[in-house]
Amino acid sequence: MAEKPLQAAREPVSAGEGDLVERAKAGDMEAFAELVRRYERRIYRMARQITQNDEDAEDVLQESFLKAFEHLDSFQGQSKFYTWVTRIAVNESLMKLRKRKSDRTVSLDENIETDEEPIVREIAVWEDTPESKYSQEELRQILDAAISSLKPIFRTVFILRDVEELSTEETAEILGLSIAAVKSRLLRARLQLREKLTRVFRRKGDGIFGFAK
Amino acid sequence: MITCKDFLRELSDYLDDATDPALRAELERHINECPNCWVICDTTRKTIQVFRGMDLHPLPEKVHQKLMDALARKAQERAQKNGAAGLNQG
Repeated sequence: MAEKPLQAAREPVSAGEGDLVERAKAGDMEAFAELVRRYERRIYRMARQITQNDEDAEDVLQESFLKAFEHLDSFQGQSKFYTWVTRIAVNESLMKLRKRKSDRTVSLDENIETDEEPIVREIAVWEDTPESKYSQEELRQILDAAISSLKPIFRTVFILRDVEELSTEETAEILGLSIAAVKSRLLRARLQLREKLTRVFRRKGDGIFGFAK
Repeated sequence: MITCKDFLRELSDYLDDATDPALRAELERHINECPNCWVICDTTRKTIQVFRGMDLHPLPEKVHQKLMDALARKAQERAQKNGAAGLNQG
């Protein structure tokens, strides 16, 4: 008997996550498909930002949910399903980066000197609503360029905390880092991005030699 | 007395509202008196906001479709394996 295609089954499912996981574990494919539909956008966005590459993001998305499907039995339910899949996807994303760049900086365990002072060079107020000065596409490029200039360890923490809005504790759990390490990396990531964006968004004509009249 | 260095160290927690009230009050006193730290604080807050508000990479429909197809294949493989084991069907 042919399996019913997943995407054809669109019956409304308003079940809680725990219930969906239990049903998926018992072999209910539609329940698993609903979990995928809930989180695929966030997982894709995160993978795309960490890997900085469309193809890699697509692979990561697929591999992460296939792995989750295969290993669903080992998911204990102590963490949220989303946190569990995110952990798989972060590992897959970092593996892609390592393969592509043979980059030795792609490690979350790298011993960062946490006592080092954060760097601030650019101190300037921004335009009132810098977003409105650019088209969506231009803004996307500006933000993408800024985020891709960060080292993977900083980029990943920033994405989980500030883009996906996970808590410090969840981020620490996903990355296998201490709370202190997450906080210190987040601060550095935020300050580095602030530096980059200030160069683009600073209010013109504020300097002594500004042209504002 | 809070210095600019102290302020920078606490900036993330300050923006996340994760400092205790006494420290928060001191940090606020500092930014009210230090224009540089005020600017750094304001532009860091805006940095976070601008990223939060943007869906930089929406999921393309064809990528969603490929994922669903891959899962359907996987489910079918599993169903066949289970069926073969259970019924030994030819």
